[in-house]
Amino acid sequence: MKKTYLTMPVIPILLLALVFPVLSANKPPEKGETLPVFNLPIPKNPAEKTYLGLSGDGLFKIPQIKARVVIVEIYSMYCPYCQKDAPGINELYNLIEKNPNLKNKIKIIGIGAGNTSFEVETFKKTYQVPFPLFSDKDFSIHKACGEVRTPYFIVVKINDDGSHQIVHAQLGNYPGGEPFLEIVLKASGLK
Amino acid sequence: MKKIRRVEMVLILLTISILAFIPAVYGASDAFKENIYKVGALKPVDSKLNVKVGNRAPDFTLPSVSGEKVSLSQYRGKKNVVLSFVPAAWTPVCSDQWPGYNIIKDVFVQNDAILFGMTVDNIPTLFAWINQMGKLWFPVLSDFWPHGGVAKKYGVLRSDGVSERALFVIDKKGTIQYIDVHDINKRPPLEDLVSALEKTNKR
Repeated sequence: MKKTYLTMPVIPILLLALVFPVLSANKPPEKGETLPVFNLPIPKNPAEKTYLGLSGDGLFKIPQIKARVVIVEIYSMYCPYCQKDAPGINELYNLIEKNPNLKNKIKIIGIGAGNTSFEVETFKKTYQVPFPLFSDKDFSIHKACGEVRTPYFIVVKINDDGSHQIVHAQLGNYPGGEPFLEIVLKASGLK
Repeated sequence: MKKIRRVEMVLILLTISILAFIPAVYGASDAFKENIYKVGALKPVDSKLNVKVGNRAPDFTLPSVSGEKVSLSQYRGKKNVVLSFVPAAWTPVCSDQWPGYNIIKDVFVQNDAILFGMTVDNIPTLFAWINQMGKLWFPVLSDFWPHGGVAKKYGVLRSDGVSERALFVIDKKGTIQYIDVHDINKRPPLEDLVSALEKTNKR
């Protein structure tokens, strides 16, 4: 009898503890905050590795990218707006890469929410995406980012001491390469 | 003692029911704005297949959103056919499945295949829904009336009247070469379909 009394509250409490982190889902990253903690694999492709200023194998965190500003796009191969915006984001990449003052200061990466590596490669090939894309097959990064709708853009400023903060975040409404670059330059103080 | 066990059971069931209502994680495109109805986590599979790999695919004729009637038999001897059943319009995972197939028309062309999107929704609903996906290159068929008739023939009609999230690859002879009745809460990985399509075309 006593034993049953003791176990009675324990089981539901354990189950609720299991449920609680899911119920209190993370919120989308916003301006002024830091990025949720997650790792990405260092790309195997040497050109992408050089682009991000990374070396070796294993995992990295976004603030380790050798840049002053990193633009992160959370997208999906299955999202019509992400497909529609893809050429415009390539344009943003080209605007940055062609400008000697910005080339090494601003980098772009994409994270494919719920996309397998094959799906990420399919998107990359279809739209000839020139910057690194990463697979978030199990939605773990997407979940850490508050399960944002896609595309979601996060502009991260990396400080000299390695700290960082989000200086701009927006859901969809991608205005095209040039206007978005203006937003990035203003928000990050590069202009 | 018995009473306590009952209380314990109720509490456990209560917790499990909370778990059941937690929505599955999915990547929702902003293209659909706030119009996606959250269905929560569902029983992964809720039907029993009536066909298997190696069977002749049951023929059907269904109306497409663009107006014409489509029969499976008209592709016999001409094209490999992929049937993509999705449970319902305006639901989370379904809305993020066909837009992916929409950007790989080349894969279907290379494998001499045609794709049919299929749901048990009526045409006006499908019309409004697929308009949010951009212009689809493949026909979308309405298995609305008799309700879910084709889904039932294949054995992918669930007990609540929607279909499973299921993929069938049918070769040019009309034989089923691949079946994936997927967990309804998850999107089938693209590589599995592409590999099945390539194998079917090489046969």
